[in-house]
Amino acid sequence: MRAFFALLARDLNLAFREGSALGAALGFYLIVVAMLPLGLGPDMALLSRIAPGLLWLALLLSALLTLGRLFETDLEDGSLDVLATGSLPLEAVVVAKGLAHWLSTALPLTLLAPILGLMLNLEFAAYPPLLATMLVGTPAISFIGTIGAALTLRSRRGSLLIALLVLPLYIPTLIFGIGAIASLLGPGGSEPSLMILGAISLGAFVLGPIAAAAALRAQLG
Amino acid sequence: MRLVADDLILSRGERRLIEGLSFAVDAGEALVLTGPNGVGKTTLLRALAGFIVPEAGAIRLEGGADDGAAVGELAHYVGHANGVKPGLTVSENARFWARFLGGDVRAVEDVLEIIHLADIAEVPAAYLSAGQKRRLGLARLLLAHRPLWLLDEPTAALDVASQALLAGFMQRHLDAGGMLIAATHGPLGLAGARILELAAPAPGEVVAP
Repeated sequence: MRAFFALLARDLNLAFREGSALGAALGFYLIVVAMLPLGLGPDMALLSRIAPGLLWLALLLSALLTLGRLFETDLEDGSLDVLATGSLPLEAVVVAKGLAHWLSTALPLTLLAPILGLMLNLEFAAYPPLLATMLVGTPAISFIGTIGAALTLRSRRGSLLIALLVLPLYIPTLIFGIGAIASLLGPGGSEPSLMILGAISLGAFVLGPIAAAAALRAQLG
Repeated sequence: MRLVADDLILSRGERRLIEGLSFAVDAGEALVLTGPNGVGKTTLLRALAGFIVPEAGAIRLEGGADDGAAVGELAHYVGHANGVKPGLTVSENARFWARFLGGDVRAVEDVLEIIHLADIAEVPAAYLSAGQKRRLGLARLLLAHRPLWLLDEPTAALDVASQALLAGFMQRHLDAGGMLIAATHGPLGLAGARILELAAPAPGEVVAP
């Protein structure tokens, strides 16, 4: 466990110290959301209706930007060799790195979303469901992302490939994320969509590291 | 403890580099891999560390309390890339390895003193010279105890004094019953090291990468 937390702390430390990846993701999120009303026109009712979907979609794209670096720097400077010879299984290494990605990227993006909601005239009642669905759904983004990042590690144009590999896998998260907001706002306030969203995150948390570790083993050679 | 490689066959892509290689390294013994560029020294070291799966043959550790553990978990591998994080300071890098590899964090200061990096312990590793980075990478060997050291060109970028320093702690590792396999072109300064000369493949077998 000491090795796990050492790696988690190292990655968080690097993410916040270097800051460029997080800054780029937050900046991208801000710019995309700021440009959407310009493209869609000043119809306040329309913006308000589609705001949750736009915020979710833009968040997925912003998080995607940061996935390319997840293992790349470790491969370049030889750290991956050290991580692979540790007593920690490679699966646990991926869990630590995915968790660090969620804390350092997906969580800040989630916290930015309500602020950006102001720009899209998001209705007041939709703020708590938006935050809830994003908190529950974003772990899937990080842990599915580890698979894409590990698979494309040594390929040129890797970041483009990641988008093609990973975005289709984000579709369930997107559908149930938006579905959960709608159902939480609806009359019954029922939350099966939120449960499914959580199930997707938990599934990604378990399966993502197994798949990513297998891909990393193939890349180490 | 004894490292045994049995009838190894290793390939890179379509290219077969090592065919039918067998050797054993006993406790306290050093094996130096030599041979021309591209002959498969790094491939062999990476296979021993468990990064490359051999096409055929086996690599195993015999005897010792850790019998049955993966070879990679009992080995330090220091390759061409040192594994130094440029965004962390010298001592942060060392402390991370000590924690991650199961060493003693309290030893960090002493180890940095030994490899003459104590003065710049709080400098980000990005500002280090190639030789200083190498020394920091080699600090892993001292921060956590592992019976097997796999070193790829350990003396690269090191000045004469640092090479002597490295030879000193390699010798101490061997005297304590450790094993060492190093790929190198220059002398390592180790007395009594066995040399394994890897032969270049026959000209007809070479396929352009």
